Amino acid sequence: MIRKVSHRRHILLSAVGLIVFFSGWQFAVTSGVLPSGMVPAPGTLWPAWLDEVRSGFWQQAICDSLTHYVLGLLIGSVFGAFLGILCGMLELLDGLLEGVIRLLRPVPGLAWVPFAILWFGLNTAGATFVIAISVFWINFYAAYGAVKSVDPELYELAAAFGHGRFLAGLFKITLPASAPGIMAGLRTGLGQGWMSVVAAELFGVPGIGARMMQASSLLATDVVVVYMLTMALLYALTDFLFGFVRRYVLRWQV
Amino acid sequence: MNDDLVASLDNIGLSYDQGAHFILRNVTLSLRRGEFVALLGPSGVGKSTLLRVVMGLTVPLEGAVHEVSAAPDPRRRKNALVFQDARLIPWRSVAANVAFGLEGLALTRQEKQDRIESALRLVGLTAEADRWPRKLSGGQRQRVGVARALTVDPDLLLMDEPFGALDPITRHTLQDELLKIWEQTHKTILFVTHDIEEALKLATRIVVLAGAPAKIAGCLNVTAEMKEAESVPFKQAVLQLRSMIAGVSVNTAR
Ligand SMILES: Nc1ncnc2c1ncn2[C@@H]1O[C@H](COP(=O)(O)OP(=O)(O)OP(=O)(O)O)[C@@H](O)[C@H]1O
Ligand SMILES: [Mg+2]
Repeated sequence: MIRKVSHRRHILLSAVGLIVFFSGWQFAVTSGVLPSGMVPAPGTLWPAWLDEVRSGFWQQAICDSLTHYVLGLLIGSVFGAFLGILCGMLELLDGLLEGVIRLLRPVPGLAWVPFAILWFGLNTAGATFVIAISVFWINFYAAYGAVKSVDPELYELAAAFGHGRFLAGLFKITLPASAPGIMAGLRTGLGQGWMSVVAAELFGVPGIGARMMQASSLLATDVVVVYMLTMALLYALTDFLFGFVRRYVLRWQV
Repeated sequence: MNDDLVASLDNIGLSYDQGAHFILRNVTLSLRRGEFVALLGPSGVGKSTLLRVVMGLTVPLEGAVHEVSAAPDPRRRKNALVFQDARLIPWRSVAANVAFGLEGLALTRQEKQDRIESALRLVGLTAEADRWPRKLSGGQRQRVGVARALTVDPDLLLMDEPFGALDPITRHTLQDELLKIWEQTHKTILFVTHDIEEALKLATRIVVLAGAPAKIAGCLNVTAEMKEAESVPFKQAVLQLRSMIAGVSVNTAR
């Protein structure tokens, strides 16, 4: 009961915050504090959005970007979590890969764009690749850390009841015990994926990022902001939907 | 009488540092079918370690554990352990925790279900079958641990201070319940405790583990008169056990 009330209050507060933010912004532009050439007024966003929808650019951009996002997220998350779990479990693999990982980890997703173009071209595969890489690392480290920090006493319990260390250990202990960490990684990757969408489409693969670049080269800041907000909404939506999955998988935690 | 043995420990020596420093040395103990043995010893003496040796979770440096059982039975486990800290699996419901030891045994789904239900009935947790461990009280958690050990129908039930962390009222209730379960199931029980009164109340035989390195410092067959708290035989037994615990530590101090 107490939780519910405070949850509702939380939503109310953040709604109030948003209203204050947008009206402050509108006021700053109309009063001239912010020059309207630099920052579009919130009031101009609506017509800009309608234009984009009528011309079909908006729907097309969302479709394209969602494709890149979903594919990149899936590939990056699955491979990242999988390798993270393996490295967490197998000392040998962990040792072998440590140097390589240290070498590759600091390379930002953006730096892979030339290779993405070279290897895949300016297409869905190229954009997917860039997104997958940035999501990969988040999931790799989340899964690795989660597996490493599984309580060894649980393995002792499994052994006491006759369950083998490897297969039974993996499915009965390692995976469920590291589920909270892996889910946290997936969730962070969900946000990181949207950030990488812009980088992935920077060089002309069609999508929200590409459309933003086009608009900004024409100084159509209102259109840029429309797509910024679009992305924020898409992120909020994916995070919201993932919340159901996470709460179901981790229902034992509440 | 040899065919009455369930397990025997033969000159167990155990060290966590390859023999530089022994925790257990020359520990010899025989467990006869159906008896309730209390293993009494001060905190940190090596009681849990000894149980891990019996379970096969730790390999002793010297000596061996002999399990006297008929042909290996794929429908049961030789030993089962109730942990000092209950050690429930947080992502499994109460029933699924109890099922943990059954997985891998050659039982039909219905047989497993029956065993889980009867174990839960035995510990009085039928109504809690679907709850998460984190929602249980300390006493309920230990009951689940007992049920989980009972479902595998072990020859030898090992219990590591199962009630040590409970409040006195709950502890007494669980002690009474355990005695009832013992009478119903005729299990051989090795019950670790550092509480002399608990040992006298529960056991048919008390074995004292003391010293550094620890060995069996004494043994006492518990008679019906000793179980009457505050009776003369009870007080004599308490004194005798105290001196067994203290005697060895005095010897090694010299
Ligand atoms: N994995 C381990 N590695 C090294 N030393 C250990 C390990 N486990 C236990 N010990 C040491 O062995 C000794 C005996 O520990 P053990 O847990 O068996 O004692 P205990 O009699 O069960 O004590 P308590 O009544 O407090 O549970 C202690 O000195 C402890 O520090
Ligand atoms: Mg202990």
